[in-house]
Amino acid sequence: MTESYRRVAYYPGCALEGTGHAYDRSTRAVGKALGLELVELDNWNCCGAMEVKNVDPKLQTYLSARNLAIAEKMGFSTVMAPCNGCYHNLKKAEYDLANDPGSTAVNERLSAKAGHAAYRSGKVATIHALDWIKQTIGEEGLKVRVKNSLAGLRIANYYGCMYTRPRHIFPEKDKGTGSESTAKPHFMDDLLAAAGAECVEYPLKTACCGGAHTLSDSDTSTKLVLNLLTTAEACGAEVIATECPTCHTGLEMHQVRAEKVLGKKTSVKILYFTQLLGMALGLSRRRVGVQENLSDASALLTARRLG
Amino acid sequence: MAAAQLPEPVPIEERIEALMAQGVADAERSAAELLAIGEVVIERFVLARGLVPTEATHEGFRLLALQRQGAAGEPSFNACRESCRELVYHANLLRLEPWHPEAGRRVRLGAMIARHLMLFIDGKLEIAGLGEFCCAARPLRAAEAAGA
Repeated sequence: MTESYRRVAYYPGCALEGTGHAYDRSTRAVGKALGLELVELDNWNCCGAMEVKNVDPKLQTYLSARNLAIAEKMGFSTVMAPCNGCYHNLKKAEYDLANDPGSTAVNERLSAKAGHAAYRSGKVATIHALDWIKQTIGEEGLKVRVKNSLAGLRIANYYGCMYTRPRHIFPEKDKGTGSESTAKPHFMDDLLAAAGAECVEYPLKTACCGGAHTLSDSDTSTKLVLNLLTTAEACGAEVIATECPTCHTGLEMHQVRAEKVLGKKTSVKILYFTQLLGMALGLSRRRVGVQENLSDASALLTARRLG
Repeated sequence: MAAAQLPEPVPIEERIEALMAQGVADAERSAAELLAIGEVVIERFVLARGLVPTEATHEGFRLLALQRQGAAGEPSFNACRESCRELVYHANLLRLEPWHPEAGRRVRLGAMIARHLMLFIDGKLEIAGLGEFCCAARPLRAAEAAGA
Protein backbone atom coordinates (compact mmCIF):
# COMPACT_ATOMS: atom_id res chain seq x y z
CA MET A 1 0.00 0.00 0.00
CA THR A 2 1.08 3.56 -0.67
CA GLU A 3 0.79 5.86 2.33
CA SER A 4 1.80 8.87 0.25
CA TYR A 5 -1.58 8.80 -1.53
CA ARG A 6 -3.56 9.31 1.68
CA ARG A 7 -3.50 13.07 1.14
CA VAL A 8 -3.30 14.16 -2.46
CA ALA A 9 -4.05 17.17 -4.63
CA TYR A 10 -7.39 16.81 -6.37
CA TYR A 11 -8.03 17.90 -9.94
CA PRO A 12 -11.75 17.36 -10.63
CA GLY A 13 -11.75 18.92 -14.10
CA CYS A 14 -14.65 20.62 -15.86
CA ALA A 15 -16.84 17.56 -16.45
CA LEU A 16 -17.05 16.81 -12.74
CA GLU A 17 -18.53 20.26 -12.17
CA GLY A 18 -21.21 19.62 -14.80
CA THR A 19 -22.60 16.42 -16.27
CA GLY A 20 -20.25 14.31 -14.16
CA HIS A 21 -21.12 15.97 -10.86
CA ALA A 22 -22.26 12.66 -9.35
CA TYR A 23 -18.73 11.33 -9.93
CA ASP A 24 -17.23 14.28 -8.04
CA ARG A 25 -19.73 13.87 -5.24
CA SER A 26 -19.21 10.11 -4.91
CA THR A 27 -15.42 10.37 -5.19
CA ARG A 28 -15.26 12.89 -2.34
CA ALA A 29 -17.72 10.84 -0.26
CA VAL A 30 -15.80 7.59 -0.75
CA GLY A 31 -12.52 9.31 0.06
CA LYS A 32 -13.98 10.64 3.29
CA ALA A 33 -15.45 7.26 4.22
CA LEU A 34 -12.05 5.67 3.65
CA GLY A 35 -10.18 8.32 5.63
CA LEU A 36 -8.42 9.72 2.57
CA GLU A 37 -7.96 13.45 2.05
CA LEU A 38 -8.43 15.39 -1.16
CA VAL A 39 -7.23 18.98 -1.46
CA GLU A 40 -8.64 20.65 -4.55
CA LEU A 41 -6.16 22.53 -6.72
CA ASP A 42 -6.45 26.31 -6.36
CA ASN A 43 -7.66 28.10 -9.47
CA TRP A 44 -7.28 25.07 -11.73
CA ASN A 45 -7.99 25.33 -15.45
CA CYS A 46 -9.54 23.11 -18.09
CA CYS A 47 -7.14 20.47 -19.46
CA GLY A 48 -8.23 21.18 -23.02
CA ALA A 49 -10.16 17.91 -23.14
CA MET A 50 -10.08 16.38 -26.62
CA GLU A 51 -10.41 19.66 -28.52
CA VAL A 52 -7.45 21.96 -27.90
CA LYS A 53 -4.86 19.45 -29.13
CA ASN A 54 -6.47 19.55 -32.56
CA VAL A 55 -5.68 23.27 -32.74
CA ASP A 56 -2.36 23.40 -30.89
CA PRO A 57 -1.05 20.31 -29.04
CA LYS A 58 1.69 22.28 -27.28
CA LEU A 59 -0.85 24.71 -25.90
CA GLN A 60 -2.74 21.69 -24.56
CA THR A 61 0.45 20.52 -22.88
CA TYR A 62 0.80 23.92 -21.23
CA LEU A 63 -2.77 23.77 -19.88
CA SER A 64 -1.99 20.58 -17.98
CA ALA A 65 1.48 21.80 -17.03
CA ARG A 66 -0.12 24.80 -15.35
CA ASN A 67 -2.26 22.49 -13.21
CA LEU A 68 0.79 20.44 -12.30
CA ALA A 69 2.63 23.68 -11.39
CA ILE A 70 -0.24 24.60 -9.06
CA ALA A 71 -0.05 21.19 -7.36
CA GLU A 72 3.70 21.62 -6.89
CA LYS A 73 3.27 25.13 -5.50
CA MET A 74 0.69 23.79 -3.03
CA GLY A 75 3.32 21.34 -1.81
CA PHE A 76 1.95 18.16 -3.36
CA SER A 77 3.90 15.43 -5.11
CA THR A 78 0.75 13.64 -6.32
CA VAL A 79 -2.34 14.86 -8.08
CA MET A 80 -5.42 12.65 -8.48
CA ALA A 81 -7.71 13.08 -11.49
CA PRO A 82 -10.86 10.89 -11.68
CA CYS A 83 -11.69 11.86 -15.28
CA ASN A 84 -9.97 9.79 -17.97
CA GLY A 85 -9.54 12.84 -20.20
CA CYS A 86 -7.91 14.94 -17.46
CA TYR A 87 -5.82 11.99 -16.28
CA HIS A 88 -4.68 11.28 -19.83
CA ASN A 89 -3.78 14.92 -20.49
CA LEU A 90 -1.81 15.32 -17.26
CA LYS A 91 0.12 12.14 -18.03
CA LYS A 92 0.72 13.26 -21.59
CA ALA A 93 1.99 16.66 -20.45
CA GLU A 94 4.39 14.92 -18.08
CA TYR A 95 5.65 12.76 -20.95
CA ASP A 96 5.93 15.62 -23.44
CA LEU A 97 7.77 17.89 -21.04
CA ALA A 98 10.29 15.11 -20.41
CA ASN A 99 10.73 14.19 -24.05
CA ASP A 100 9.86 17.08 -26.33
CA PRO A 101 12.01 20.24 -26.17
CA GLY A 102 9.41 22.10 -28.25
CA SER A 103 6.73 21.50 -25.63
CA THR A 104 9.13 22.57 -22.88
CA ALA A 105 9.90 25.81 -24.72
CA VAL A 106 6.21 26.65 -25.19
CA ASN A 107 5.52 25.81 -21.54
CA GLU A 108 8.37 28.08 -20.38
CA ARG A 109 7.18 30.93 -22.61
CA LEU A 110 3.50 30.73 -21.67
CA SER A 111 4.24 30.24 -17.97
CA ALA A 112 6.41 33.36 -17.96
CA LYS A 113 3.71 35.27 -19.80
CA ALA A 114 1.10 34.09 -17.28
CA GLY A 115 3.39 35.03 -14.40
CA HIS A 116 3.99 31.68 -12.72
CA ALA A 117 6.88 29.27 -12.41
CA ALA A 118 7.04 26.76 -15.25
CA TYR A 119 6.39 23.15 -14.32
CA ARG A 120 9.33 20.80 -14.86
CA SER A 121 8.70 17.12 -15.43
CA GLY A 122 9.19 14.66 -12.60
CA LYS A 123 7.93 16.88 -9.79
CA VAL A 124 4.30 15.73 -9.49
CA ALA A 125 2.94 12.23 -10.15
CA THR A 126 -0.52 11.91 -11.68
CA ILE A 127 -2.82 9.12 -10.54
CA HIS A 128 -6.38 8.09 -11.35
CA ALA A 129 -9.13 7.59 -8.76
CA LEU A 130 -8.70 3.85 -9.31
CA ASP A 131 -4.98 4.03 -8.41
CA TRP A 132 -5.80 6.18 -5.41
CA ILE A 133 -8.16 3.65 -3.80
CA LYS A 134 -6.48 0.49 -5.03
CA GLN A 135 -3.01 1.53 -3.90
CA THR A 136 -3.97 3.22 -0.64
CA ILE A 137 -6.71 0.97 0.70
CA GLY A 138 -6.45 -2.12 -1.52
CA GLU A 139 -8.81 -5.06 -1.76
CA GLU A 140 -8.14 -6.37 1.74
CA GLY A 141 -8.59 -2.92 3.25
CA LEU A 142 -11.87 -2.54 1.41
CA LYS A 143 -13.20 -5.94 2.44
CA VAL A 144 -12.96 -5.09 6.12
CA ARG A 145 -14.74 -1.77 5.57
CA VAL A 146 -17.68 -3.11 3.54
CA LYS A 147 -20.95 -2.67 5.42
CA ASN A 148 -23.35 -3.46 2.61
CA SER A 149 -21.92 -6.07 0.28
CA LEU A 150 -22.53 -5.86 -3.46
CA ALA A 151 -22.92 -9.66 -3.38
CA GLY A 152 -24.91 -10.98 -6.29
CA LEU A 153 -24.68 -7.77 -8.30
CA ARG A 154 -23.35 -8.63 -11.76
CA ILE A 155 -21.17 -5.83 -13.09
CA ALA A 156 -19.42 -5.19 -16.40
CA ASN A 157 -16.51 -2.83 -15.82
CA TYR A 158 -16.03 -0.30 -18.59
CA TYR A 159 -12.74 1.61 -18.63
CA GLY A 160 -13.03 3.42 -21.96
CA CYS A 161 -10.21 4.05 -24.36
CA MET A 162 -8.21 6.84 -22.68
CA TYR A 163 -7.36 5.18 -19.37
CA THR A 164 -4.65 3.05 -20.95
CA ARG A 165 -3.75 4.74 -24.24
CA PRO A 166 -1.23 5.57 -25.54
CA ARG A 167 0.80 3.07 -23.53
CA HIS A 168 4.02 5.10 -23.51
CA ILE A 169 2.56 7.85 -21.28
CA PHE A 170 1.75 5.29 -18.56
CA PRO A 171 5.21 3.92 -17.65
CA GLU A 172 3.93 2.57 -14.31
CA LYS A 173 1.46 0.22 -15.99
CA ASP A 174 2.25 -3.30 -17.30
CA LYS A 175 4.84 -3.86 -14.57
CA GLY A 176 3.55 -7.26 -13.51
CA THR A 177 1.75 -8.25 -10.34
CA GLY A 178 0.06 -5.33 -8.62
CA SER A 179 0.29 -2.97 -11.57
CA GLU A 180 -2.46 -2.06 -13.98
CA SER A 181 -2.63 -3.69 -17.41
CA THR A 182 -3.05 -1.63 -20.55
CA ALA A 183 -4.30 -4.62 -22.53
CA LYS A 184 -6.79 -5.80 -19.96
CA PRO A 185 -7.24 -3.31 -17.12
CA HIS A 186 -8.49 -4.78 -13.86
CA PHE A 187 -8.24 -2.23 -11.02
CA MET A 188 -11.99 -1.48 -11.10
CA ASP A 189 -12.76 -5.20 -11.28
CA ASP A 190 -10.50 -5.80 -8.27
CA LEU A 191 -12.09 -3.07 -6.14
CA LEU A 192 -15.71 -3.94 -6.93
CA ALA A 193 -15.04 -7.66 -6.46
CA ALA A 194 -13.57 -6.82 -3.05
CA ALA A 195 -16.86 -5.05 -2.28
CA GLY A 196 -18.66 -8.31 -3.09
CA ALA A 197 -19.73 -7.75 -6.71
CA GLU A 198 -19.64 -10.42 -9.37
CA CYS A 199 -17.58 -8.87 -12.17
CA VAL A 200 -18.46 -10.47 -15.49
CA GLU A 201 -15.98 -11.05 -18.30
CA TYR A 202 -16.56 -8.07 -20.60
CA PRO A 203 -14.64 -8.10 -23.89
CA LEU A 204 -15.32 -4.43 -24.71
CA LYS A 205 -13.96 -2.95 -21.47
CA THR A 206 -11.53 -0.65 -23.31
CA ALA A 207 -13.45 -0.25 -26.57
CA CYS A 208 -14.35 3.17 -27.97
CA CYS A 209 -17.71 4.67 -26.92
CA GLY A 210 -17.69 7.23 -29.74
CA GLY A 211 -17.38 10.06 -27.24
CA ALA A 212 -15.16 12.13 -29.52
CA HIS A 213 -17.78 12.40 -32.22
CA THR A 214 -20.92 12.38 -30.17
CA LEU A 215 -21.87 15.78 -31.59
CA SER A 216 -20.50 15.51 -35.11
CA ASP A 217 -21.74 11.98 -35.76
CA SER A 218 -24.33 11.06 -33.15
CA ASP A 219 -25.64 8.04 -35.00
CA THR A 220 -22.29 6.27 -34.94
CA SER A 221 -21.92 7.08 -31.24
CA THR A 222 -25.38 5.70 -30.54
CA LYS A 223 -24.61 2.47 -32.41
CA LEU A 224 -21.27 2.07 -30.62
CA VAL A 225 -22.89 2.62 -27.23
CA LEU A 226 -25.79 0.31 -28.06
CA ASN A 227 -23.27 -2.40 -28.88
CA LEU A 228 -21.48 -1.78 -25.56
CA LEU A 229 -24.80 -2.06 -23.73
CA THR A 230 -26.09 -5.17 -25.52
CA THR A 231 -22.71 -6.87 -25.13
CA ALA A 232 -22.74 -6.13 -21.39
CA GLU A 233 -26.21 -7.66 -21.19
CA ALA A 234 -25.06 -10.68 -23.20
CA CYS A 235 -22.29 -11.08 -20.64
CA GLY A 236 -24.93 -11.25 -17.92
CA ALA A 237 -24.34 -7.79 -16.44
CA GLU A 238 -27.05 -5.83 -14.65
CA VAL A 239 -24.80 -2.80 -14.21
CA ILE A 240 -22.02 -1.17 -16.21
CA ALA A 241 -19.54 0.45 -13.84
CA THR A 242 -17.73 3.50 -15.21
CA GLU A 243 -14.69 5.52 -14.16
CA CYS A 244 -14.90 8.42 -16.63
CA PRO A 245 -17.55 11.15 -16.82
CA THR A 246 -17.43 11.34 -20.63
CA CYS A 247 -17.93 7.60 -21.05
CA HIS A 248 -20.60 7.59 -18.36
CA THR A 249 -22.60 10.44 -19.88
CA GLY A 250 -22.21 8.95 -23.35
CA LEU A 251 -23.53 5.58 -22.19
CA GLU A 252 -26.47 7.19 -20.43
CA MET A 253 -27.41 9.60 -23.23
CA HIS A 254 -27.08 7.13 -26.05
CA GLN A 255 -28.97 4.46 -24.12
CA VAL A 256 -31.93 6.84 -24.21
CA ARG A 257 -31.23 7.83 -27.83
CA ALA A 258 -30.94 4.20 -28.96
CA GLU A 259 -34.43 3.58 -27.67
CA LYS A 260 -35.88 6.76 -29.18
CA VAL A 261 -34.12 6.74 -32.54
CA LEU A 262 -33.35 3.08 -33.18
CA GLY A 263 -36.16 1.52 -31.14
CA LYS A 264 -33.61 -0.60 -29.26
CA LYS A 265 -34.25 -0.77 -25.53
CA THR A 266 -31.62 -1.99 -23.10
CA SER A 267 -32.07 -2.33 -19.38
CA VAL A 268 -28.51 -2.49 -18.04
CA LYS A 269 -27.90 0.31 -15.49
CA ILE A 270 -24.94 2.67 -15.54
CA LEU A 271 -23.25 3.71 -12.29
CA TYR A 272 -19.89 5.21 -11.39
CA PHE A 273 -17.63 2.75 -9.59
CA THR A 274 -17.37 5.29 -6.77
CA GLN A 275 -21.16 5.22 -6.36
CA LEU A 276 -21.08 1.44 -6.08
CA LEU A 277 -18.14 1.50 -3.65
CA GLY A 278 -19.83 4.23 -1.63
CA MET A 279 -23.01 2.22 -1.20
CA ALA A 280 -20.94 -0.83 -0.27
CA LEU A 281 -19.28 1.31 2.39
CA GLY A 282 -22.72 2.10 3.81
CA LEU A 283 -23.31 5.51 2.22
CA SER A 284 -26.79 6.44 1.05
CA ARG A 285 -27.76 6.70 -2.62
CA ARG A 286 -28.24 10.43 -2.20
CA ARG A 287 -24.81 10.84 -0.66
CA VAL A 288 -23.17 9.30 -3.73
CA GLY A 289 -25.42 11.18 -6.16
CA VAL A 290 -27.42 8.34 -7.69
CA GLN A 291 -30.31 10.78 -8.13
CA GLU A 292 -28.12 12.81 -10.50
CA ASN A 293 -27.71 9.92 -12.94
CA LEU A 294 -29.83 9.73 -16.07
CA SER A 295 -29.80 5.96 -15.83
CA ASP A 296 -32.44 5.13 -13.21
CA ALA A 297 -31.07 2.30 -11.11
CA SER A 298 -33.40 2.84 -8.15
CA ALA A 299 -35.48 -0.33 -8.63
CA LEU A 300 -32.39 -2.48 -8.94
CA LEU A 301 -30.73 -0.85 -5.93
CA THR A 302 -33.89 -1.22 -3.85
CA ALA A 303 -34.18 -4.88 -4.80
CA ARG A 304 -30.54 -5.38 -3.74
CA ARG A 305 -30.99 -3.22 -0.63
CA LEU A 306 -28.19 -0.93 -1.66
CA GLY A 307 -27.93 2.70 -0.57
CA MET B 1 -13.31 -2.02 -73.26
CA ALA B 2 -15.52 -2.69 -70.29
CA ALA B 3 -14.55 -1.01 -67.05
CA ALA B 4 -13.04 -3.33 -64.47
CA GLN B 5 -15.57 -4.13 -61.79
CA LEU B 6 -14.70 -3.81 -58.15
CA PRO B 7 -15.93 -6.72 -56.10
CA GLU B 8 -19.26 -6.15 -54.42
CA PRO B 9 -18.81 -4.67 -50.98
CA VAL B 10 -18.91 -7.40 -48.41
CA PRO B 11 -22.18 -7.17 -46.46
CA ILE B 12 -20.41 -7.23 -43.13
CA GLU B 13 -23.46 -6.57 -41.00
CA GLU B 14 -25.21 -9.50 -42.63
CA ARG B 15 -22.20 -11.72 -42.02
CA ILE B 16 -22.19 -10.71 -38.35
CA GLU B 17 -25.91 -11.42 -38.04
CA ALA B 18 -25.45 -14.76 -39.81
CA LEU B 19 -22.66 -15.66 -37.44
CA MET B 20 -24.81 -14.89 -34.44
CA ALA B 21 -27.66 -16.94 -35.88
CA GLN B 22 -25.38 -19.80 -36.84
CA GLY B 23 -24.21 -20.24 -33.28
CA VAL B 24 -21.72 -22.98 -32.69
CA ALA B 25 -22.75 -25.53 -35.29
CA ASP B 26 -19.15 -25.46 -36.51
CA ALA B 27 -16.83 -23.79 -34.02
CA GLU B 28 -13.81 -23.93 -36.31
CA ARG B 29 -15.73 -22.24 -39.10
CA SER B 30 -17.13 -19.62 -36.73
CA ALA B 31 -13.61 -18.85 -35.50
CA ALA B 32 -12.36 -18.41 -39.05
CA GLU B 33 -15.32 -16.20 -39.92
CA LEU B 34 -14.72 -13.97 -36.89
CA LEU B 35 -11.14 -13.35 -37.97
CA ALA B 36 -12.15 -12.93 -41.62
CA ILE B 37 -14.73 -10.28 -40.75
CA GLY B 38 -12.17 -8.39 -38.69
CA GLU B 39 -9.66 -8.54 -41.55
CA VAL B 40 -12.16 -7.30 -44.13
CA VAL B 41 -13.19 -4.37 -41.93
CA ILE B 42 -9.60 -3.22 -41.37
CA GLU B 43 -8.61 -3.90 -44.99
CA ARG B 44 -11.22 -1.36 -46.04
CA PHE B 45 -9.72 1.24 -43.71
CA VAL B 46 -6.24 0.59 -45.06
CA LEU B 47 -7.49 0.73 -48.67
CA ALA B 48 -9.34 3.97 -48.00
CA ARG B 49 -6.04 5.52 -46.94
CA GLY B 50 -4.53 4.51 -50.26
CA LEU B 51 -2.39 1.68 -48.92
CA VAL B 52 -2.12 -1.98 -49.87
CA PRO B 53 -3.38 -4.22 -47.06
CA THR B 54 -0.57 -6.30 -45.65
CA GLU B 55 -0.54 -10.07 -46.03
CA ALA B 56 1.89 -10.37 -43.12
CA THR B 57 0.98 -11.74 -39.72
CA HIS B 58 1.73 -10.47 -36.24
CA GLU B 59 1.81 -12.97 -33.39
CA GLY B 60 0.44 -15.43 -35.93
CA PHE B 61 -2.57 -13.39 -37.01
CA ARG B 62 -3.08 -11.23 -40.12
CA LEU B 63 -5.78 -9.28 -38.26
CA LEU B 64 -3.19 -8.01 -35.77
CA ALA B 65 -0.77 -7.12 -38.57
CA LEU B 66 -3.51 -5.20 -40.36
CA GLN B 67 -4.36 -3.32 -37.16
CA ARG B 68 -0.72 -2.31 -36.78
CA GLN B 69 -0.66 -1.19 -40.40
CA GLY B 70 -3.79 0.90 -39.84
CA ALA B 71 -2.26 2.52 -36.77
CA ALA B 72 0.97 3.55 -38.53
CA GLY B 73 0.85 7.35 -38.59
CA GLU B 74 -2.66 7.23 -37.09
CA PRO B 75 -2.18 6.63 -33.35
CA SER B 76 -5.88 7.02 -32.54
CA PHE B 77 -6.47 3.85 -34.55
CA ASN B 78 -4.97 2.01 -31.60
CA ALA B 79 -8.33 2.50 -29.88
CA CYS B 80 -9.35 -0.69 -31.71
CA ARG B 81 -6.21 -2.67 -30.83
CA GLU B 82 -7.77 -4.44 -27.86
CA SER B 83 -10.95 -5.18 -29.82
CA CYS B 84 -8.80 -6.96 -32.40
CA ARG B 85 -7.00 -8.87 -29.68
CA GLU B 86 -10.32 -9.83 -28.09
CA LEU B 87 -11.48 -11.10 -31.48
CA VAL B 88 -8.35 -13.23 -31.74
CA TYR B 89 -8.86 -14.44 -28.17
CA HIS B 90 -12.45 -15.52 -28.86
CA ALA B 91 -11.40 -17.24 -32.11
CA ASN B 92 -8.68 -19.07 -30.17
CA LEU B 93 -11.16 -20.20 -27.53
CA LEU B 94 -13.45 -21.59 -30.23
CA ARG B 95 -10.60 -23.42 -31.94
CA LEU B 96 -9.14 -24.84 -28.76
CA GLU B 97 -12.41 -25.77 -27.05
CA PRO B 98 -15.04 -26.36 -29.77
CA TRP B 99 -16.87 -28.72 -27.39
CA HIS B 100 -17.10 -26.18 -24.58
CA PRO B 101 -20.63 -25.57 -23.23
CA GLU B 102 -19.95 -21.82 -23.54
CA ALA B 103 -18.96 -22.10 -27.21
CA GLY B 104 -22.25 -20.67 -28.48
CA ARG B 105 -21.92 -17.69 -26.17
CA ARG B 106 -18.35 -17.18 -27.30
CA VAL B 107 -19.47 -16.99 -30.93
CA ARG B 108 -22.09 -14.44 -29.98
CA LEU B 109 -19.67 -12.30 -27.98
CA GLY B 110 -17.10 -12.57 -30.77
CA ALA B 111 -19.72 -11.32 -33.24
CA MET B 112 -20.47 -8.38 -30.95
CA ILE B 113 -16.78 -7.50 -30.79
CA ALA B 114 -16.63 -7.69 -34.60
CA ARG B 115 -19.62 -5.38 -34.79
CA HIS B 116 -17.90 -2.89 -32.50
CA LEU B 117 -14.83 -2.95 -34.71
CA MET B 118 -17.01 -2.32 -37.75
CA LEU B 119 -18.80 0.60 -36.07
CA PHE B 120 -15.54 2.09 -34.83
CA ILE B 121 -14.06 2.07 -38.31
CA ASP B 122 -17.30 3.41 -39.72
CA GLY B 123 -16.84 6.43 -37.44
CA LYS B 124 -13.13 6.79 -38.28
CA LEU B 125 -13.84 6.84 -42.00
CA GLU B 126 -16.64 9.32 -41.68
CA ILE B 127 -14.63 11.71 -39.51
CA ALA B 128 -11.66 11.41 -41.88
CA GLY B 129 -13.93 12.17 -44.83
CA LEU B 130 -13.11 8.83 -46.37
CA GLY B 131 -16.63 7.51 -46.64
CA GLU B 132 -19.70 6.67 -44.67
CA PHE B 133 -18.87 3.08 -44.01
CA CYS B 134 -15.91 0.84 -44.51
CA CYS B 135 -17.71 -0.97 -47.30
CA ALA B 136 -18.36 2.35 -49.01
CA ALA B 137 -14.98 3.98 -48.48
CA ARG B 138 -14.75 7.06 -50.66
CA PRO B 139 -11.63 6.18 -52.72
CA LEU B 140 -13.15 2.83 -53.63
CA ARG B 141 -16.45 4.36 -54.65
CA ALA B 142 -14.72 7.22 -56.47
CA ALA B 143 -12.70 4.75 -58.49
CA GLU B 144 -15.84 2.81 -59.25
CA ALA B 145 -17.70 5.96 -60.33
CA ALA B 146 -14.84 6.89 -62.64
CA GLY B 147 -15.06 3.46 -64.21
CA ALA B 148 -11.57 2.53 -63.12
